[in-house]
Amino acid sequence: MQWKQLLTSAVGKKFVMGFTGLFLVLFLIVHCSINFCIFVPDHGKTFLEVAHFMGFNWIMHILELGLFVGIFAHIIQGWALTLQNRNKRPVQYAVSRRNQNSTWYSRSMGLLGTLIFIFLLVHWANFWAPNRYHMITGGKELNLFERMKSLFSHGWLVIFYLAGLFSLFWHLLHGFQSAFRTFGLDSGKYIPLIRGIGTAYSILVPVIFALMPVSIYFGWVS
Amino acid sequence: MNFTLKVWRQKDSGDPGHFETYPVTGILEDMSFLEMFDVLNERLIVEGKDPVAFDHDCREGICGMCSMYINGRAHGPMKATTTCQLFMRHFRDGETIVVEPWRAAPFPVVRDLVVDRSAFDRIIEAGGFISVNTGNAVDANTIPVEKDRAEAAFAAAACIGCGACAAACINSSALLFVASKVAHLSMLPQGFAERRSRVVQMVAQMDREGFGSCSNTRACEAECPKEISYSNIAKLNLEYLRASLSPQGPVVQKK
Ligand code: HEM
Ligand code: SF4
Ligand code: FES
Repeated sequence: MQWKQLLTSAVGKKFVMGFTGLFLVLFLIVHCSINFCIFVPDHGKTFLEVAHFMGFNWIMHILELGLFVGIFAHIIQGWALTLQNRNKRPVQYAVSRRNQNSTWYSRSMGLLGTLIFIFLLVHWANFWAPNRYHMITGGKELNLFERMKSLFSHGWLVIFYLAGLFSLFWHLLHGFQSAFRTFGLDSGKYIPLIRGIGTAYSILVPVIFALMPVSIYFGWVS
Repeated sequence: MNFTLKVWRQKDSGDPGHFETYPVTGILEDMSFLEMFDVLNERLIVEGKDPVAFDHDCREGICGMCSMYINGRAHGPMKATTTCQLFMRHFRDGETIVVEPWRAAPFPVVRDLVVDRSAFDRIIEAGGFISVNTGNAVDANTIPVEKDRAEAAFAAAACIGCGACAAACINSSALLFVASKVAHLSMLPQGFAERRSRVVQMVAQMDREGFGSCSNTRACEAECPKEISYSNIAKLNLEYLRASLSPQGPVVQKK
């Protein structure tokens, strides 16, 4: 018992969740900063340049691999934890007033995560997979800016994206501070700091992401 | 006051159990929840029926023996209150009250509302102690302790081991209980000797007993009759990280 418990005990499994979760939090900052470039009024030139840099760069490919490992570790550990924890109470309470002792979203991380996962599958099918296919077969990226414009002309897809981001908002509202608590930092004088940054992050990141499909749908971006 | 009680009845751990409904009448508003059960049980005995088994001892909120999940809340609806200190004036006259035992795999029902909480004793055995040299008792004040540290340790030491945290937790995690013991013992110089092994061994025993992990929902803190702060869980997590990452390892004692 030298290293193993760091990943496999009740506390260790949460270290895995917290570590991969915070890694995803960092990734989302990068992702949404790049996407924000579509608002530069140059017909998507800046955006495409940055996207090209991300697509044709071996450092980025290694980071991308790490990202996939991180996402899947987070998802698999998240589902495993949810199922394991549920099995710890074979007989349920007949009456349970959980709303009086905790928030619904803190108790629904597995469900919210699953909704995010469904969103991710559609999102990958929309952008990542066709782009990769194009790069492998044609050696060139797709014009992602044009692809965004054509995809987000469909109202139902815009609504689907907004629903995915809404799930992300609730997941982060609990997840951000929860991860810091898992590492023992959301404590004492750090609490207001972490709660403040966590709430701001959980609102800002989904809102910035939501701005893209919405502004393209309403034709605010040229 | 009059109430309708829906009480969980279960002969032994093998019995699937069921709810029974009992009207209780003539309850005084200053009776405690357990005294209401005394009234009910006296009647059941006179009627030649089986009284409802429930745990209790001090009846003054300090021993941690009483339990009961009352109307969907551990120790009932009041904040910072054990069931023995819960008074009937906090309920509406004529109310139906549902009473269940703690529900968690590591707390098997022994009978009716009594559950076996010896899992907590085994967690304490795994590391909830300090080593003391034999010989003359040392004066407590010979070791200086910062005041805030002493106070935090003392607040954590208020845990009475009732199990409400695990009973209320959506994951049946006992981490608030474990964290209060770790925070209590590991913050004081007297507990430093076992600091690295304690946290790892207690969590390992918690896992073996079949408690879940913490999702930081804070239900434990809201239900704890001693208002143990869930900051202690952050302290435990940090202790765990420290112990596990120390180059010497957590130095776990072999059983
Ligand atoms: C980009 C998307 C995501 C981000 C940024 C993210 C972030 C986080 C963070 C920071 C935590 C807190 C970790 C902790 O409590 O220590 C967390 C917890 C969790 N995440 Fe995610 N997550 C994402 C996607 C997902 C997905 C797709 C799932 C799918 C199942 C998921 C399932 C969970 C679960 C179940 C927990 C709670 C674990 C627990 O407290 O017991 N997450 N997430
Ligand atoms: S932490 Fe609170 S709820 Fe849990 S066992 Fe101790 S006193 Fe009871
Ligand atoms: S009987 Fe001792 S705390 Fe309730």
